[in-house]
Parts: sequence; structure tokens; C-alpha cells
Amino acid sequence: MGPVPSAALQLLAMAAVLGLVHRPLGDYMAGVYRSHKHLRVERWAYRCVGADPDRGMRRGAYLRAVLAFSLAGVILLYVLQRLQGVLPGSSGLASVGPAQAFNTAASFVSNTNWQSYAGERTMGAVVQAGGLAVQNFVSAAVGMAVAVALVRGFAASRDDGELGNFWADLVRGTVRILLPMAFAGAILLVATGVIQNFAGVHEVGQFTGGPQQWNGGAVASQEAIKELGTNGGGYFNANSAHPFENPNGLSNLLEIFLILVIPFSLTRTFGTMVGSVRQGYAILAAMAAIWIGFCALMMWTEFHHGGPALQAAGGALEGKETRFGVGGSSLFATSTTLTSTGAVDSFHSSFTGFGGGLTLLGMMLGEVAPGGVGSGLYGMLVLAVIAVFVAGLMVGRTPEYLGRKIGSREIRFAALYILVTPALVLVLTALSTALASPPHSVLNSAATAVSHSHAHAFSEILYAYTSAANNNGSAFAGLNADTDWYNTTLGIAMLLGRFLPMVFVLALAGSLAEQRPVPETAGTLRTHKPLFASLLVGTTVLVSGLTYFPALALGPLAEGLAS
Amino acid sequence: MSMSTSTSTSTSTAAGAARRTTSSGRDPGGGRVGGGLFDPAALLRSLPEACRKLDPRVMVKSPVMFVVEIGSVLTTAYAVASPGDWFGWAVAAWLWLTTLFANLAEAVAEGRGKAQADTLRRARTGTVARRLTGGAEERVPGTALHAGDLVVCEAGDTVPGDGDVVEGVASVDESAVTGESAPVIRESGGDRSAVTGGTKVLSDRVVVRITAEPGDTFIDRMIRLVEGAARQKTPNEIALNTLLASLAVVFLIAVVTLQPFASFAGDPQTVIVLVALLVCLIPTTIGALLSAIGIAGMDRLVQRNVLATSGRAVEAAGDVSTLLLDKTGTITLGNRQAHEFVAVDGADESRLAEAAQLSSLADETPEGRSVVVLATERYGLPERDRSDVRGAEWIAFTAGTRMSGVDLAADGAVRRIRKGAAGSVAAWVRGNGGTVPDAARALTDRIAEAGGTPLLVAEADARGARVLGVIHLKDVIKSGMRERFAELRRMGIRTVMITGDNPLTARAIADESGVDDFLAEATPEDKLALIRREQSGGRLVAMTGDGTNDAPALAQADVGVAMNTGTSAAKEAGNMVDLDSDPTKLIEIIEIGKQLLITRGALTTFSIANDVAKYFAILPAMFAAAYPGLDRLNVMRLDSPQSAIMSAVVFNALIIVALVPLSLKGVRYRPRSADRMLRRNLLVYGLGGLVTPFAGIKIIDLALSTVPGVR
Repeated sequence: MGPVPSAALQLLAMAAVLGLVHRPLGDYMAGVYRSHKHLRVERWAYRCVGADPDRGMRRGAYLRAVLAFSLAGVILLYVLQRLQGVLPGSSGLASVGPAQAFNTAASFVSNTNWQSYAGERTMGAVVQAGGLAVQNFVSAAVGMAVAVALVRGFAASRDDGELGNFWADLVRGTVRILLPMAFAGAILLVATGVIQNFAGVHEVGQFTGGPQQWNGGAVASQEAIKELGTNGGGYFNANSAHPFENPNGLSNLLEIFLILVIPFSLTRTFGTMVGSVRQGYAILAAMAAIWIGFCALMMWTEFHHGGPALQAAGGALEGKETRFGVGGSSLFATSTTLTSTGAVDSFHSSFTGFGGGLTLLGMMLGEVAPGGVGSGLYGMLVLAVIAVFVAGLMVGRTPEYLGRKIGSREIRFAALYILVTPALVLVLTALSTALASPPHSVLNSAATAVSHSHAHAFSEILYAYTSAANNNGSAFAGLNADTDWYNTTLGIAMLLGRFLPMVFVLALAGSLAEQRPVPETAGTLRTHKPLFASLLVGTTVLVSGLTYFPALALGPLAEGLAS
Repeated sequence: MSMSTSTSTSTSTAAGAARRTTSSGRDPGGGRVGGGLFDPAALLRSLPEACRKLDPRVMVKSPVMFVVEIGSVLTTAYAVASPGDWFGWAVAAWLWLTTLFANLAEAVAEGRGKAQADTLRRARTGTVARRLTGGAEERVPGTALHAGDLVVCEAGDTVPGDGDVVEGVASVDESAVTGESAPVIRESGGDRSAVTGGTKVLSDRVVVRITAEPGDTFIDRMIRLVEGAARQKTPNEIALNTLLASLAVVFLIAVVTLQPFASFAGDPQTVIVLVALLVCLIPTTIGALLSAIGIAGMDRLVQRNVLATSGRAVEAAGDVSTLLLDKTGTITLGNRQAHEFVAVDGADESRLAEAAQLSSLADETPEGRSVVVLATERYGLPERDRSDVRGAEWIAFTAGTRMSGVDLAADGAVRRIRKGAAGSVAAWVRGNGGTVPDAARALTDRIAEAGGTPLLVAEADARGARVLGVIHLKDVIKSGMRERFAELRRMGIRTVMITGDNPLTARAIADESGVDDFLAEATPEDKLALIRREQSGGRLVAMTGDGTNDAPALAQADVGVAMNTGTSAAKEAGNMVDLDSDPTKLIEIIEIGKQLLITRGALTTFSIANDVAKYFAILPAMFAAAYPGLDRLNVMRLDSPQSAIMSAVVFNALIIVALVPLSLKGVRYRPRSADRMLRRNLLVYGLGGLVTPFAGIKIIDLALSTVPGVR
């Protein structure tokens, strides 16, 4: 089979499998969040934090719990890294510097997993297992909890403004969804050849000019939650391009599946919880349309890029693993940037100008198709609120979504949500290009004065902040981000980009839950129809497209149109 | 059944004509809510007012246009700094025009209200009141009256203030307020006691108790409303403003950060170009027209002689999902009408018709007259009045006897004919030695069950008394009501008929008119309870009312339209007053509310969709020098960078003027389902908004390229 049919087949197969799995998984998750029972291990966890899992929380209480839990996570992770040098079992690795420790703490708590360090050479077992791995689970569970709180805002039958209990949502998401799925995922990954051992470092003889080391480790187990929780922080610096993390085409597809499965299935959870699965289908359709469209575009630009060298190679293969090819790499790159994963099996910087632009644009959409675990759903629902508002006016009624009026309070929170990330990305990128020293971090030097590489250098900086503020974590390799400036500003972008939107989402959820639902009539805008799903796609693309068009023009577009 | 069909055809002409006259605002072509007239000369007249609105303290209320004004100042400053550059001057000039056009739209909208306010003011000025104090009469200026004062008004006097008639009855010319020249009767007690300051007493003498404090009379409030002085932003308008402001902030960030990006690319931009880009991107079209749309919406109501006490109520009208309609006057014509004659016991139908006609000539009630009409129209009897019948002794209808009739003397014999309420006529027949056959009783029962009113026709002569047959009186549903209700159903509005009739009659009329539900034997308490029940289910309720006992329900309803003929209590309680006192207008009010929201949504969509083309015009113009590849984004093949930017700016300004008529008239509205409405509006304003500027900018660019020196 030629590479192009194979790529198309991979895309279709992935869509089909996700279509099959999302229903049972979505319903299972709805059951988990609606359950009234507590497992023994859960009760134990509630006693540890002193929480009553049956007490309903209004938006303020829910938000305080989210922020308190996350702040504790940042502090714990920071302290762990700073003390690594004196902790036992750290394989002799030194303590991490303050800027990098802050950056990493912010990164893992915000579900970003931006790594300004090389995993195998910086973090010892204690930090990896006791800090980073824990956050891989709980930061994902926090995202899902906030999404479920928003869904409860839409589904509330009483107008008391209660959004559920954060501690219950957090613990259940971890214990009943992420842990079992990660366990199953790890076993499947091992079956495809991903390593899982406690072997140390092996010296494996001489290769061109020096000794080579192979690191063993519990890779498959970390790999599973890395993808499943849309985290993206790799065991190895090369991430999913490393043959121990991602040995072949099948493991590649499995990892893509793990990335996408929870975010897509949450649309079913949403539909079930609001009592109309068709509403979930509309959201799913909008997400799927964007994801498939981006995948197809990415494959098209990577296969058909001009330029004699690329034509001779049969596609843009620089920076891609031959075992995945253009198809597998395109699918992975698109899926990882349309979710908040940020794992990479190829180097986005080496993609064609347009291809790199697509990875950027995928994140700029706000990572909503299907987005990070939880964050994708709440991001898309906020966009749906905006779409409903404009469309609702056009049918001559005060706009309503799922029986809730979208008034000025709701629009204020939705608009603030939409504002946060572009503001962070654009302002920090502007500062980094305007200040004297940060541009020098660009490795394939901006000083070469060829305008083409100017555009690429700009893309690298833009990509870094887009990735951080959207909690993606992937990098346009080529930027040395381990400087005080980048460690600090990227860390701030990650934290604000994660938690400010959550503030507005929970505010929106509370304001929806305080409303008395309006019954649907023939005059109500139908939000489960294809027309609305297309409108949602249009809104998503237009809102971010218009915001970032100038920046994209000076980066990937300038580069892509030059050839 | 076939009979009833043909009857409704025969009455439809009259009823149709009635509807056309009562709903003058609707064009006869059907569904569309007609807009106000737009006069291009109004733009010129409003120019001075538009310039006054350039005051930043006024502009700041519209965040989007405030940004444009700051941009205008900024570009002007830069143009002054380098006076040799035509481009800077041109951009500055067009930005000022953009600001001015926005103010012009608002000023034109307000101007139309001002004309109405002036007419009203004339009615108010210079009235002298004859105040009664302790039996004595003193003359005081109308403005010195307070609530509770008693004033005397006689023929020729202008009523000095709002109040209730407490003594006497008078005919009053209310044309100053309603525009309707036919005088109305105002009398003490009951539901027709309210008089409005500024109206004129034509006959008789009344004593009025003033109910409004000076400066707060009905006319004062009307003036404030139509002038827009009392205008407050409505909830949806606030929400939309929030969205627009946040879009303005997003684009502000995008443009401000663009300069460091441009410098990084080695191609820094001038402030003039950046400001031009910003103004093109922020949603100026909707930002400029937003308040004009709101004012024009209120104005469309005023044109239909409806006064809303707040814009909020107009918006709420668009959201109404339950409509309470009084049966009489709204769903049915005011009175019952003869529908058919049914003969009993083999009596001759034409004899029955003749008897019905003769016996009704002395019945001046509308029901009686309708019997005469039916006899001629359907049964082909010659038209005649009392003078055509010789030797007749007429027995007029009275509420006591509940019968009318005639005694005809011919050839020495007397033939006596009676028609009237079933019970009364039956008694008369028996009194004259006749019997009422079971068939007649069965017939009357059947008619009553079907919601009609049976009248018996009987005659008595030398051979005795006998029942000839039955007249079936029924409520006549106004023509087109079934279609209106179907329309409302498609719009998602449930209609509930309110009637004092018994449930049986009510059901029959409800079935025939196509109304969704009914409330029979309704008391004011029942109405109030119904409204509360609907509201607790999250529905918005609209109703009309005129009596004092309607006041609580009017106050409770989300949209309460009081009839101008009603009591002041009712007018106080509602949030709208219909000066024509036409209860069907509620449907139009709902349509105006919807049209208001649709216009806002449509222009917002249009405005945002415009940005795509503007990017394709401006970005290549800005950066094709640094990255020649970006010239491939110049899909419009615009002439030069400067003319490209100019074209976008000019288009952005002109589109505001081009859309002023639309914002004043409102977008086309036809009652249809939300899905179809959304599809249409997305197509017209979404896709249209995407495509139009590509064409518009290209045309302006072509025009500009002919100007020497632009290249």
C-alpha cells in the first residue's frame, strides 16, 4: 500500500474506532460522576483531605477547592525538585534550579507538561514517580472535574447553583476512570513493544565517535497516562519519537487513540448528563469535523509540499520517523495539538511551513477539537455559548442553550474565557520579540538575515507561548527555552492559561445553575442540528482565526507562501 | 357542516376588512412587519446632532466607536506631524467619517422620535385647570395640579392632567394622544373612567380626580420615551455590548502586539496603518448601529400606536412563549351572529326565515340585526324595514322579556310572531296554548353544546301557537385567526383564550379558532394564577387587559399591554399601552420584539464576517514588502498597498451608511420556525457578510486607482 492510502486508512480507522468506543465510555463516565456510592479507597482519600464528598458546592466553593488543590500541587512539586539533591533515590541527580523548578511545577500541575529539561538527565525516580506521575493523573482529573461542573450547570434541575463536589469528582475521575484505563493502556502498549522494566542504564558499545547508553525504565505505564490524560510529558527527551516509547506504527496508532478517547467520549458524557444525547452528538460532530479536517489538511501539505528534495523523498520526511511515515506523523501531530497533549512523535519544527502552521492553529483554536481531557469539552461549550448567543439573536429570542438564557452575565464570563489565552500568547510573544535577549534563544539563528528563517524563528517563539498558554506542552524544537526568561514567562503563561479560564468556566457554570430552565418551543434555536454544529465549527475557526491571523501571517504563512 | 363553511365565507369579507383597518401597520401582503419610512434627507438634517455626539463623554458609552474616535484623533495627530503625506490625511478623514456615520445613524433614529414628541408637547402646554376646592372653583395652571385634586372640565376644555372621571359623562377627543379623531365616551365608574391630560372634552361636563403628579403625566412619559431620553440599555443589548467590547479588546491586543512582530520581521509599520487595521477589525458596523437599532425598535412600536414604558418590555415580547388572549374582540368579533335557521317539525324553512326576519326587525341589538342580514343574504328574502310592513305592531326587544316580535293584522286575523331566548319563547308558546315539541328542545340543547346560542322562533294565530324553528347564534371568529395561531405555533408561542363563557362554549370556540388552550369562566384570580403557573415553568407570558380587575394580571405578565380605553389602574400596571385599544396588536408587538433581536444578531454576524476580507486586503499590503510570498494572500489583486488599506477603511465607513436604512427598518421578518429563520439569516448575513466586502473593497480600489497620485 502506498503511503497516501495508508495515511487515509489510518485516519478512517481511528475515526471508526473512536466512534465505537465513545458511547460506552461516555456513558460509563456519566455514571461515575453521577454515582452516589463511594469505594473504600475513595473514602480513605476523602478522610485524608477532610472533605465531605456528598456536600454540594456552589461555584465559589468549587473554585476554591480547585485552586487550593492545584496550588498545593505546585508547591509540593517545586519543593521536591529543589530538594532532589538531598533526597534518597535520586540517582545522584542534582537539585533543579529555581526557574526550571517553577517552570516544571507549573507545567505538570497545569496539565501542560512542557519540559524545558531532558527527562532522563534531570529528574530522578522520586520526582518522576512521586511528583510528575501523580500530577499526570490528578491534573487531568481536575480538568475533567471542571468540565463536569460546567455540564452540571447546564443540567441542573434546581436553581440552587450547586455544581457537585470537587473532591468527589477529582477522586472518582482518578480512581474509576484514569487509573483503570491507564492500566489497560499500559498493558496494550507493552504488547506493542513499549518497554516496561526497572533496568538501569546500559552501555551498548561504540557508535560513530562515542559510547551509547540505553535507558531502561517503567516507560509503558508512564506512556499510557501521558497520552490518556493529554499530558504529553515524555519519559525520554525524544518523547514519542523514541523507539522505547513508541516502537512501531501500531503503538503509534494506539497512542493517538489514547490521546483522543477521553476527550471525544466526554461529549457523550455531556449528552447523557444533560438528558439529550443528541446535544452531545452536535458537540462531537463539531469536534470531529475540525479534527478530520485538520488531519486531512496536514497530510495534504506534508505529502504534496513543493521543493525538489521533499518531492524526491516522497513527502516532507525531515524530522519524522520512517517507521511512522508522513501519514502516522501527521495524524499524531494533528491529534496532539488539537488536544492539550503535546506529546510528539516527530518534530513540528521540521514540518512544512503550512504543516507547522496547522499545529500552531490547532492549539490556537483553544484546543477544543477534541481538546484536553475536560478542558476540550468546557472550551467547546464556551464557544457554543458564544455561537448560541449570536445565532439565538438571529432567531428573534433571547439566546438560550439547553434551556439556559445566555444573558450578559454568561456572555461576560464566556468572553473573558475567550480573551485569556490570546492575550497571554500575543503579549508574551510580543515581549519576547521586542526585548533584546530572548530572541537569541532561537537556535537556528535569527541573525542569518534571510527573511525566510526570520519567519521560522518567529514561529518558534509564537509556538512556545501558544503551547504554554494553551497547556499543550509540545515545542517547535529549535528554541532553547531553558533560560530564566522563558522558564519564568512560560511558567506564568501555563498557570494563567490553565486556571484563569477555569475561574470563568466555573463562574459560567454557577450562573447557569442558578437559572430556572426555560422550556423548549418551536421558536427555540435547535442546538442539536447539523446547522448548529457547522455554526459551532465556523465560530471556533473564526474567533481564533481572526485573532491570530496577523501573527500566523508573519510566521508559518510567510514561510509556507515563500516557496 | 357544509352550511357552516359557507357561512364563514360570507362573513369573511366584512371581518377581513375590519382586520385590515385595525392592524394598519401590516401591509396587506402578509407576514412582514412593516418598517418605518426612511428618508435620506433625514441624514442631512441630523448632521448637527451627529457632530454634537462626537463629545468623548457621549462616545464612551459605545466602547467600539470610542476606540474609533481615539483612532481618529491619533491618525490626525500623525497626519499633522507629516503634513506632506496624503495617505495619513485620507485615513484620518475617513476614520472621522466612520465615527460621524455612527452618530448619524443614532441621530436619525432619535430624530424620528423627536418629531412625535413635539406634537405631544403642543398638546400639553398652556392648559388652565378649573380646580374645585371646597365646592368653589378656581383657575390654576395645569402644571400646578397634584394627585387627588378635583377639576371640572366642560365642552371645549382641555383635560389638564391624567385622572379618573368621578362624576358625569362626556365625549372626549383623544386625537392628540392616539391620532384617532373619532371621539370616545368617558364616564364615571367602570372601565371607561380614565382621561388623559392634553385631550379635549367635546360635550357635557365631567369632574376629574387627578391621578398624576405634574411632570409625570402620561404625555410627559410618552415624550420622554419617544425622545429616547428615558432609554436604558436592554438586557440583550448589554450582553451584546459585552461581546463587542471583548472583541474590540482582542483586536486591540492583536494589533498592538503586531508592531513588535513586524519589527522582528524587519518591517515595522506606521501608526496610521496599524490604526487603520484596528478600526477595520473591531466590529464597527454593529457598534455604530446598535443604539439606532434599539431606538428604531421602540419607534416601530410608536408608529403602531403602542407605547412601551421600557425597551426591556419590547425585548421580552420577542421571548414570549404564552399568549393570553381575551375571546371577545380578539378572537371573535364583538357579538354573536345568526349563523343558520333550523326548522322543526317539518315547518317550512322559508316560512321560518320570513318569521325570523319579521320578528327581528324590532330588535336593534347586533344579534337581532344579524338575523335580518342572514335572512336576506342566505335565504334570499327581500330586504325590508319596519315601514315596508303594513298593519304591524312592533314589539321591541328588551332585556326583561328577552323577546322581540311583531303582531300582523291582516284580513281581520292577527298573526303574532316572536323570537327570543329559548326559555322565554317556550313560555310564550305554552301561554298561548301551544306545545314545544321535543325536537325543538333537542335542537336547542345541541346548539348550546356546540358553543352556540339558540333562539326560538314561534308564531301564534287563530289555529294556536307553534314553534317554527331555531335561530343558531354563534360567535364569529375573526377571519384569519386560525392562520395567525398556526403562525404563532410555528414561532413557538402557545395561545390561551380567556373567556367568561362556560367550558362547553369555550371549547367549541377554541376548537374552531385553532387556539391551543382556553380558560373558561375566567375570573381575574384565575388569570393571575394561570400567568403564575406559566411563569413558574419558565415561560414568558403576554396579555392584554383594560379593566381595573385586570391590573394584577397585567402587572404579573412579562408583557402586559393595557388598552388606552381602559382604566388608569390598568395602564399603570401594564408595561405597554395600546393607543388603538386593539387586542390583536399583541401579535405585532411580539413580532417587533423578535425583529429587534434578529436585526442585532444579523448585523453582528455581518460585521464579524466582514473581517475576513479586510484581513485579505490589509495584511498583504502591510507585509508583502518583508515577505513577498504574502502577496499571494492579495486575492483581490488590489492596486497598491496604500489603496488596499484605503479601500478597506472606506468600505468600513460606507457600509455603516449603507446599513442605516436596514437598522431603522429592521431586517425582514416572517413568522417561521427557528431553524428556517437561522438558515436564512446565516445565509444572508453570514455568507453575505463574508462575500460583500470582497466585492466592495475591490470596487473602491478600482475607483481609487483612477485617482492620480494614489499609486
